[in-house]
Amino acid sequence: MDTFKNIFEQYDWNNTLSSIFSKTENDVINALSKTKRDLEDFKALISPAAKPYLENMAQMSSRMTKQRFGNTIQMYTPMYLSNECQNICTYCGFSITNKIPRRTLTDKEILIEVDFLKSKGFDHILLVTGEANRMVGVDYIKNAIQLIQSKFANITIEVQPMNQDDYELLIHNGLYAVLVYQETYHRQEYKKHHPKGKKSNFYYRLETPDRLGRVGIHKIGLGALLGLEDWRADSFFTALHLQYLKKTYWKTKYSISFPRLRPHSGGLEPKVEMTDSDLVQLICAFRLLDEDVELSMSTRESGVFRENAVNLGITSISAESKTNPGGYVIEPQSLKQFEISDERSTEEVVKMLQRKGLAVVWKDWANNWQ
Amino acid sequence: MDKLKIADKEFSSRLFTGTGKFSSSQIMRDALLASGSELITVALKRVDVNSEKDDIVSHLDHPRINLLPNTSGVRNAKEAVFAAQLAREALETNWIKLEIHPDPKYLLPDPIETLKAAEELVKLGFTVMPYIHADPVLCKRLEEVGAQCVMPLGAPIGSNKGLKTLEFLEIIIDQSNIPVIIDAGIGSPSHAAFAMEIGADAVLVNTAIAVSQQPINMAKAFRLAVEAGRIAYNAKLAPIQQYAEASSPLTSFLGEEI
Repeated sequence: MDTFKNIFEQYDWNNTLSSIFSKTENDVINALSKTKRDLEDFKALISPAAKPYLENMAQMSSRMTKQRFGNTIQMYTPMYLSNECQNICTYCGFSITNKIPRRTLTDKEILIEVDFLKSKGFDHILLVTGEANRMVGVDYIKNAIQLIQSKFANITIEVQPMNQDDYELLIHNGLYAVLVYQETYHRQEYKKHHPKGKKSNFYYRLETPDRLGRVGIHKIGLGALLGLEDWRADSFFTALHLQYLKKTYWKTKYSISFPRLRPHSGGLEPKVEMTDSDLVQLICAFRLLDEDVELSMSTRESGVFRENAVNLGITSISAESKTNPGGYVIEPQSLKQFEISDERSTEEVVKMLQRKGLAVVWKDWANNWQ
Repeated sequence: MDKLKIADKEFSSRLFTGTGKFSSSQIMRDALLASGSELITVALKRVDVNSEKDDIVSHLDHPRINLLPNTSGVRNAKEAVFAAQLAREALETNWIKLEIHPDPKYLLPDPIETLKAAEELVKLGFTVMPYIHADPVLCKRLEEVGAQCVMPLGAPIGSNKGLKTLEFLEIIIDQSNIPVIIDAGIGSPSHAAFAMEIGADAVLVNTAIAVSQQPINMAKAFRLAVEAGRIAYNAKLAPIQQYAEASSPLTSFLGEEI
């Protein structure tokens, strides 16, 4: 069966990287002048040659985002269900090598956490787990979706990659979207960072969006963990992946996230640092490549950065997030996946958005007609 | 200005509007009141049907405003019919703007599913207003199954590009026995006036108002443009001169014989 693998294998990491770094000011000007941009333009826009044009890019990105998405920002909240994990991921707090007590929420605990999130106004929820197929497998996730389905307009998961049948089952039970980040598209580096567990299978993860697309998921979220490898090459491959998926699974919506490596328990320093200016450049480049892709930003980023990012191209954000199971009410001290940076309350974030002239969209879906 | 009748309702305003993309519900309300619009579409997916104080719906509470729920977000006829029934229950209206766009990029309508859903919804007693491509044959087919109007697009939704489908819109207007409302792509008051001049019965505008720097003033501008276009249409435009007055006539040798 055709998957992204066929396309991915036609590219070489080092050639891609040198092609990005060989882009000139003229390439950037050309890319900015066009109305439809391709992946070569995207390379130019993420290249060092585009740095002098960052303000132009920001203005264009802001304008395009406003036209498509209006003066609005969607709000979502993550809810961690479990920090059990069988994988070794060198950058993650949940890694099996991190010998810290684990917790998986019970039905009762899930509902207590949900009540708290509903009281804050959230209607779009992101359920997160580690990868522990026996304890937190498809049945556990199905049960969690069924439990909260009547309370949320829109349910997304960020869990271990699954088989097509499992996805079909979850969609049937009310799943709207799946986020699956490749972490890095550099095959050898990927192996280094994921030496053990099911996650060490690079291609199984790479082909996850294909399995989702085939069963007609409403939305797929892509991204790379920025800092593991060169962010420019990883972002090019993310864009390549996005373009392939949009053409193949044309009824599905897509979102891109920009997780920069954050400190956590047992932490790893970023190999390649990505500055604030680099991240702005990347957000704008994605918008200039694709006017309708959703661009999402979590509380990994600082309050100041997020306040500015919402006018640059970002279309959905979270607020007041906890990255540990039970973190909102049940057990605030349980093991976190990573430290967040923007610790403001939901109310403060909403006020900030209103000050910026942005209406908060809590609900943009109805799971009861599907 | 002459009134527009759709199903059992008469409208004094031929400008229909939408509720998306505004920077706050208050600005939305002020702009939509300034537009004079009497039919305002709202995406069912944005409405909290369980809450009596839904932010969008509560801001549209006004004797002049009729709500027109739309099915944006559905991907096929089955989902559309279900969404329409939910809308009827929640918003207490039989009117439905039928939008089936499975393609999330350009939001282009699926003609096959739309026709199927329209037929079914008409049977269920809905006043069906289908959003469609500017396809004259599809318009006749929708008319035959009992749609109360057709809503062909001028250009992709939110693109503000104007009447890119002009040739086909003219055919649709020429052939239609039901009102023709040009729905998407209208980006400026001049586009709206032009749509009215060519004989559209109404236009629907959202992005161009909501995303303008001054939505309230832009709403007024659209109101005036739609009125101007309609009055001009009724007054019959003077013909465009199709031939030139030659400076060196070719037939003058005929002398006085002609």
